[in-house]
Amino acid sequence: MLTNFAALEVGQHLYWQIGNIRLHGQVFLTSWILLGALLVFISLGTKKMENDPKGLQNLLEFLWDYIRDLARTQIGEKVYRDWMPFIGTLFLFVFVSNWGGALIPWRLIKLPSGELGAPTADINTTIALALLVSLSYFYAGLSNKGWRYFEYYVHPTPIMLPFKILEDFTKPLSLSFRLFGNILADELVVGVLVFLVPLILPIPVMFLGLFTSAIQALIFATLAAYYIGEAVEEHH
Amino acid sequence: MLAFNFFGATEGGLFDINATLPLMAIQVVALTYILNSLFFKPVGNVVEKRENFVSNNIIEAKNKLSEVKKLEADLLTQLQSARTEAQRIVSEAEDESDKLYKEALELANNEANASKEKARLEIESQTSAARDQLSKQADDLSELIVNRLILEK
Repeated sequence: MLTNFAALEVGQHLYWQIGNIRLHGQVFLTSWILLGALLVFISLGTKKMENDPKGLQNLLEFLWDYIRDLARTQIGEKVYRDWMPFIGTLFLFVFVSNWGGALIPWRLIKLPSGELGAPTADINTTIALALLVSLSYFYAGLSNKGWRYFEYYVHPTPIMLPFKILEDFTKPLSLSFRLFGNILADELVVGVLVFLVPLILPIPVMFLGLFTSAIQALIFATLAAYYIGEAVEEHH
Repeated sequence: MLAFNFFGATEGGLFDINATLPLMAIQVVALTYILNSLFFKPVGNVVEKRENFVSNNIIEAKNKLSEVKKLEADLLTQLQSARTEAQRIVSEAEDESDKLYKEALELANNEANASKEKARLEIESQTSAARDQLSKQADDLSELIVNRLILEK
């Protein structure tokens, strides 16, 4: 039983077949549970908004302020309002996924194949997030500056052109693989340690995992905001 | 048991990219809209309303403070002028009373001198009158003595 509890399954998925397409069911299951919890939490906190914040509303306002500061410092005073919901959603989604994956003992729920875990430990999720960030910064640049957005590629000199084009590919790549690698590595380390020494020893590593998870959410949101800010920045 | 099945699986593996990717992207976009209407907008409204309220109150308080300072300065200048005015009135009154005192003193002196002079004159006249009478009486007396002496002889 213990071995079963501690067994590691890497790269196995719970497949859902819908017509021709195949999905990783475990990713959607956990993301729905976690996002459902997040939405319930937020609905409870915003149910009765008062001018003197109390309890949950206080916490949500702190969160909102934190996200606004993040978006404002990276994107700039002029357009941060348009992008704050997106940056905030990225932060909340990644944070809730990472912490949900680390805190909830998913392994107690048996699946026919694969296992439940952080949605961000699946490469599909992180690539989806990173591509959304790429689309966002292109859209932000083009909608704010029109064709002048492409001046960015030859700024400050045309020599930069190949590097800037390369950057458009490395940005989503690094974003997705950083998140995926960190969260998967954390899950694997905890899994291996629980398998080898099922008592006490994994606990510090679990705390380290919580720390990493929070940091990764912050890094992802900050970088996304930074890329958008870079795209809308005016060169003089 | 520990099953490290990285790439070898017939299906699956760590880097198995399929329709999960676009569906997850759609889910995140939907989540953005939901969170925007459920979280970012309402909380933002409340927070910004409060921030406006606070900054308005601060501006109002600053205006009031500057008004108070202006009034205070006004009052101070008024107080200053009132003080100098009072000083002026006091010194004027002092001068006036000094003058009145001197006048009264002079008047009294004159009156005293006049009555003294009058008394002196009266004394003098009475003295001379008394002297005249005395010399007349002396004359009468001497005449009487002379007559008596003559008669007795």
